[in-house]
Amino acid sequence: MTGPTVTLMAAVAVLFATGFHLMLQRSLVRIVVGFMLLGHGANLALLLAGGPSGAPPLLGGKDDREMADPLPQAMALTAIVITFGVTAFLLALAYRSRLLTGEDEVQDDVEDRRICAEERADPDTWTGDPVEGNQEPSRRDEPGGGESGGSEPGERPPGERPPGGGG
Amino acid sequence: MNVLVPLPFALPLLGAAFALIVRRRDTLLRIVAPLVVTGVVAAAGALVAAVARDGVIAVQLGGWAAPLGITLVADRLSTLLVTVSAVVLLAIMVHGVGEGVGGLGEHEPGVFYPAYLTLTAGVCLLFLAGDLFNLFVAFEVMLASSYVLLTLSPSRERVQAGMTYTAVSLTSSILFLTAIGLTYAATGTVNLADLSTRTAELPAGTRTALAMLFLVVFGIKSAIVPMHLWLPDSYPAALTQITAVFAALLTKAAVYSLIRVETLLFPRDALSWPMLGLAALTLLVGTLGALTHDDVHRVLSFTLVGHIGYMLFGLSLFTVAGLTGAILYLVHHIIVQATLFLVSDLMQGLTGEISLTRLRGLAAVSPFVSVLFFIPALSVSGVPPTSGFIAKLALFQAGVGSGSVAAYAVTGVAVLASLLTLMAMSRVWALAFWRTPAELPERPHDAAAQGGIRVMRTVTAAMVCVGLLIPAFAGPLTDWSHRAATELLNPAPYVQAVLGER
Repeated sequence: MTGPTVTLMAAVAVLFATGFHLMLQRSLVRIVVGFMLLGHGANLALLLAGGPSGAPPLLGGKDDREMADPLPQAMALTAIVITFGVTAFLLALAYRSRLLTGEDEVQDDVEDRRICAEERADPDTWTGDPVEGNQEPSRRDEPGGGESGGSEPGERPPGERPPGGGG
Repeated sequence: MNVLVPLPFALPLLGAAFALIVRRRDTLLRIVAPLVVTGVVAAAGALVAAVARDGVIAVQLGGWAAPLGITLVADRLSTLLVTVSAVVLLAIMVHGVGEGVGGLGEHEPGVFYPAYLTLTAGVCLLFLAGDLFNLFVAFEVMLASSYVLLTLSPSRERVQAGMTYTAVSLTSSILFLTAIGLTYAATGTVNLADLSTRTAELPAGTRTALAMLFLVVFGIKSAIVPMHLWLPDSYPAALTQITAVFAALLTKAAVYSLIRVETLLFPRDALSWPMLGLAALTLLVGTLGALTHDDVHRVLSFTLVGHIGYMLFGLSLFTVAGLTGAILYLVHHIIVQATLFLVSDLMQGLTGEISLTRLRGLAAVSPFVSVLFFIPALSVSGVPPTSGFIAKLALFQAGVGSGSVAAYAVTGVAVLASLLTLMAMSRVWALAFWRTPAELPERPHDAAAQGGIRVMRTVTAAMVCVGLLIPAFAGPLTDWSHRAATELLNPAPYVQAVLGER
């Protein structure tokens, strides 16, 4: 009995670890995949909470073994539906973000950048990006000036629509 | 009478379904949706009367017996919060209708109204939920509609903020789900009343681990420092009236859940050191953050973060006086925070600006809006005789009365945070309302727009008046909160109402 349970526990641990690792990345797709893994981990943990497997929980069955606990299974089903719906929304949001910004990365917050930039006393000595993580200096002014064209038209996906056009 | 308990969330859910069916008919939506929320207010009011008469009311949905079925519980705390939330939700809904009719809004009615009604349902279900899993579902209903509302009329900034907000909320939801699984593994139940009798038998280590996990889960959702970083980055990006709903209700719903879970599942006799420390940190970081920012919405968002510390402070004392203060503060803060954001929407409507460096001379431009800002700004800083003063006084008395040195120290921090809030509000006042007025942009002059602006102003003025009702009825409200706090610390009637005679 302990064999499968230990395996499942290890699976939960691996799912949580990889999930959190992916959630901490900058790429939106990795965040979505990380969330999916975390969701699987949590659902598996819910199932584990119900104890060992057993007979189907139906009254008047012919199975003599002890019944499995149906409550965590019901909760896991509900949680699966919720994570499924939210994953779809996240994917749509990531796609829209890709359309609007032209890249699949979490951008630095505009106000945070402004405050960081204010801290530098002399703007002339300021060579790099105020916040680490955005490497190319050319992308520095992007959030402020949307009119300058955040991205090259060539790097947009072929099925691009104007913002707000997706019913 | 028992039919009343599910009504506050059943009505808006049905309303949302109807709104989805008629989503192309704007006028019908604008009539039906406020009517539905008015129904919720009426149901909540009736529920308050019923609870005042009969005490705690528990309903088993579908007739399944208590620890297994879906339980709804209406006690003094939950009915009070349902009523206050319903009033705020109605005000902001009418504000949205005014904006839409006046042609000033950016939102699409076919998306806004169903999502808003679902949010209403989620908030009401959350306050009434009687088991942990149902609480999780309520959070998800509320948050799922908030993801949609945050990214209404998606601009680049909004989608970016929405991604941050969604990812953080989902992480805390997954942790919540894990906490529920672990609680079930440890105790074999998720019913709150059943749990309150069983957690006492757990080993101390398991209890502490579960309590900490729940503190992190609700700490992320209610933006307790250091888990607050998502809030000031995401809330200001939404449409202003949506930010008003979020700031008023979402974090406060998490604070409510924290109060419920900590008092029912992990009761204690002495104050809680970790929570007290977090409260002090939240008070300082939030109010200091409000002083550094330039965008009015961000200033208000940081004030929101800071003031979560007051409620956490009240809870961390684990005394009747402390919880009374926390409940009063919840009520006060739901109303005042919504009002402040609605006023900032009016300021934005007048000038088209929310940056403090570019906003100027509003007192000369519109004395009416200045008064509307001035009263809630004093209230949030806790100047007598406003509602903030009543709530803060209750908290300070509780802190001083608890007789512990740590509580004295945090009371001092709370007084300091109150002064810092006053400073932040004075800064907004001095920069945005004084100084010589700048050139104003051309405002729409057609009759519809004027009517819409009139509705928005009336709603904001009404919210200011609701805020003034709190000090006027401070006696009965404090009495009600005191009884609610007593119920929280002595859960026997709650447990008996849910599980029946044992």
